[in-house]
Amino acid sequence: MTEKFDAIVVGAGPAGSAAAYVMAKAGLSVLQLERGEYPGSKNVQGAILYSDALERIIPEFRDEAPLERNIIEQRVWMLTDKSHVGFDFRSEEFNNDKPDRYSIIRAQFDRWFCNKVKQAGAMVICETLVKALIENEHGRVIGVTTDRDDGDVFADIVILADGVNSNLARVSGYRNELENKNTALVVKEMHFLRSDIIQNRFNINEKEGVAIEVVGTLTRGKIGMGFIYTNLEFISIGIGCMVGDFQKGGLTPYGLLDELKEHPSVKPLLISSEMKEYSAHLIPEGGYNAIPKIYGDGWMVVGDSAGLVNSIHREGSNMAMTSGQFAAETVIALKKEFKSFSEHNLARYKIALDNSYVIKDLKKYKRMPNFLHKNRHFFTLYPELISEAIATILRVDGIDKKSKGKQIIRSFRKGRGLFGLIADSIKFVRAIR
Amino acid sequence: MNIVVCIKQVPDSAQIRVHPVTNTIMRQGVPTIINPFDLFSIEEALRLKDQFGAKITVLTMGPKMAEQALRKTLTFGADEAILLTDRAFAGSDTLATSLTLATAITKINETKPIDIVFCGKQTIDGDTAQVGPGIAVRLGIQQLTYISKIVSIDLDAREIIVHRCVESGTQVLKTKLPCLITLFEGTNVIRFGTMTNAFRAARYKLIEWSATDSGISDVSQCGLRGSPTVVKKVFAPSARTDKTIFISGETPEIISQTLIDTLFSSYPSLQKDLFDISSQGVSK
Repeated sequence: MTEKFDAIVVGAGPAGSAAAYVMAKAGLSVLQLERGEYPGSKNVQGAILYSDALERIIPEFRDEAPLERNIIEQRVWMLTDKSHVGFDFRSEEFNNDKPDRYSIIRAQFDRWFCNKVKQAGAMVICETLVKALIENEHGRVIGVTTDRDDGDVFADIVILADGVNSNLARVSGYRNELENKNTALVVKEMHFLRSDIIQNRFNINEKEGVAIEVVGTLTRGKIGMGFIYTNLEFISIGIGCMVGDFQKGGLTPYGLLDELKEHPSVKPLLISSEMKEYSAHLIPEGGYNAIPKIYGDGWMVVGDSAGLVNSIHREGSNMAMTSGQFAAETVIALKKEFKSFSEHNLARYKIALDNSYVIKDLKKYKRMPNFLHKNRHFFTLYPELISEAIATILRVDGIDKKSKGKQIIRSFRKGRGLFGLIADSIKFVRAIR
Repeated sequence: MNIVVCIKQVPDSAQIRVHPVTNTIMRQGVPTIINPFDLFSIEEALRLKDQFGAKITVLTMGPKMAEQALRKTLTFGADEAILLTDRAFAGSDTLATSLTLATAITKINETKPIDIVFCGKQTIDGDTAQVGPGIAVRLGIQQLTYISKIVSIDLDAREIIVHRCVESGTQVLKTKLPCLITLFEGTNVIRFGTMTNAFRAARYKLIEWSATDSGISDVSQCGLRGSPTVVKKVFAPSARTDKTIFISGETPEIISQTLIDTLFSSYPSLQKDLFDISSQGVSK
């Protein structure tokens, strides 16, 4: 028996569900295939959901989606072994009618999103692995082969939303192996606590949340960062570094996480909590330069599979949803115009992405991955110098402030050298320009 | 053949949490699965279908969300799925559950006589193993529990021969059809459904029966009202503190001496008991 659809979406994460939802809403026949037992069962994220991308797809999501806490305070901590230098931003503005970011549980969120896809009229089949794409004699993708018996299914267009590894794109020769210098490995634990205790510890009201990002010596010179997010009844804590850095030895991912949990600034936040769940996942962090080819005859790639992650601002699922939406809109427009899904016509998808925040932001930071690889002292030396500088200023020890200023400048020059400091500033500005 | 398989959607007990304060089971957010023991029954039914040709109807009583479990059985290759769902069923114990299921099975039987009813050996949430036998008694058919193998079925003579697991070994039983079978775990491995069945499951319009649809005349026999079982207390047992003691030694004599010394020091009364027995032996 041969089944044929307008579109097949491989994967039921945010990118896949966004694509499937938008197409199904427009009346297309859509099949969404997910290898996990249920949508979200294979996914790991901190997780902070940025509202904007989802709101453009499902404006009423706030009434329905399983959202945990409205994040009203963002903290960035630069850690040394004994101290942290922090920057907090908290605003009552975040408590408006339409908050801008929430903590979520991906296993629940992805399920909800995929239910919306079903309600919109798409067919969703889980526990089904797509093994390969079917191409016709002209090399155009015309369907997929699944791991079930009689498992070939056909469609006019196949959208690959199969995640960071995107085995399918690799098997099909559309992209290369993930490079270890472009891929982060993140480990995460969920520490359960009563919600009122979480609220007390983080100085927040019910349903309000805090997100803390941490960088510094805790990664032991590896490129990476940690995070602490508040959910309703647990605290998510995790840390991630580049796979290539882990390969070089040193602490394991869970070793780094254990050290983070023991840090004097972190430990009191977790006291008496019960760790109930742990997970690990890869994140594509190669940025703009690592983006593979994202469309071809009869196929498009969206989300993590396309490497659309802004590692500097910790944005990924929003870009995934936006890319899914753009891919879907491309399909809908071409259908309406009775045009084929040739590589030439699908170029519209890339144009839409290029003109959006997705590619613009990734372009802005395109030098960042390379910069960090070559300037590891940003993770080791600078946190120490800055922390020491602040400690010097705050110390009341009979030394006058002017001398303290000189002392700080000396310590910076001693640590990095005048030329090093100037060079670092120039390189840093270039990397983010 | 006409086969009915009764299943239950259960919380995945591997992921269940007990609320630290109220001691109640926290079902929220816990994934639900088909009771693992039911999977052996479904697979065995599918094997009979492969062998003899059969119509398999899967039956469950539960809330609307049990639809997921039913739909999954269609992916495996079941033909029909019926969800018994009604507010009147809420809070059923095994007595009320077996009544509801037996009544619905009787109704299915009216359309086409049933040859075999399969049930899971027990559920992983209740662990009573009472519903299957309860249904058999209510239907007045033979019950074959803890079956490890269906040896043969003679449809003309309407006879079935099975192997039944008992503590001392295996019983070989022969009985008449129709009968009710619960399967011993590990009897088979559930198949991975075909793509065709996956599509059929996704498109299938589930049959929903209320209490009235199921043929139940007196709803006071269902649900909480029809359930004499009362849960008086739920508690999480405290963790065992006993530790394994490893005993080693140069020679067997030393090991056995250490073992005996350890036993006697841990259980002082044991020494006295053994002494009493041995002195009785001497006196004889």
